[in-house]
Amino acid sequence: MIVQKPMNVFDIAGRAMSAQLVRLNTTASNLANAGSVSATREGAFRALKPVFKTAGGDPGVATVDVSRVVQSGLEPVKRHEPGHPLADANGDVWEAGVDTSAELIDMVESARQYQNNVQVLQTAKTLTLDTLRLGQ
Amino acid sequence: MADDQSLFGIHGAALALRSQRLSILASNIANAATPGYKARDIDFAHALDLANKGRSVGDAADEAVAYRVPVTPSLDGNTVELSTEQTLFAENAVQYRTTLSFLEGRISTIRRALKGE
Repeated sequence: MIVQKPMNVFDIAGRAMSAQLVRLNTTASNLANAGSVSATREGAFRALKPVFKTAGGDPGVATVDVSRVVQSGLEPVKRHEPGHPLADANGDVWEAGVDTSAELIDMVESARQYQNNVQVLQTAKTLTLDTLRLGQ
Repeated sequence: MADDQSLFGIHGAALALRSQRLSILASNIANAATPGYKARDIDFAHALDLANKGRSVGDAADEAVAYRVPVTPSLDGNTVELSTEQTLFAENAVQYRTTLSFLEGRISTIRRALKGE
């Protein structure tokens, strides 16, 4: 196991921000692919979700990392559209398994949490600079 | 090791504990979306008491860490409530600054005494 140096506020908030950014990126790709169709159930796009995991074991102090990105369990939707160029023998196409409203909510939530971490970083920065100026 | 004979008295230990608490509250805010994460906090009065009794600041902070009891537990096992955490974070930042101004006062007193003004 790698020996880690003690985490400071900048590590904590910085890594949390990158984790939220990964989440925002997956949301963007899910929304971009919502409504895309495929000829097969297997070939259809499925929503991607990051898995957040607490990192660091110091008593109390911990940050968050994205341990992996998984495909969500939401199944692609079969749609009958015989005129579609990708339609199979039955005239069906498979629409990407993306829940647009859930993705939008996810987007708002991760944006808010990103902002919270920026706020934490700003406060910590001001306090550190104030401490540096102590006695001057 | 907040010795009353030392230059900064209790405020030195208080500043270190405030800084430690800032990190813990930042951890809670960072883990607001992590399933299963349990929010933690330092019992500041207890930690300061321990530091006053001669324990090192790090030890005192470690011993005074406790889990927060959530108002409404969530389904994914996460006990971070952002409203609580953000309020406490802001409060702690103000208290940190208060301690800083106490230290500032102490330093200017000593400086004035040294200059003999």
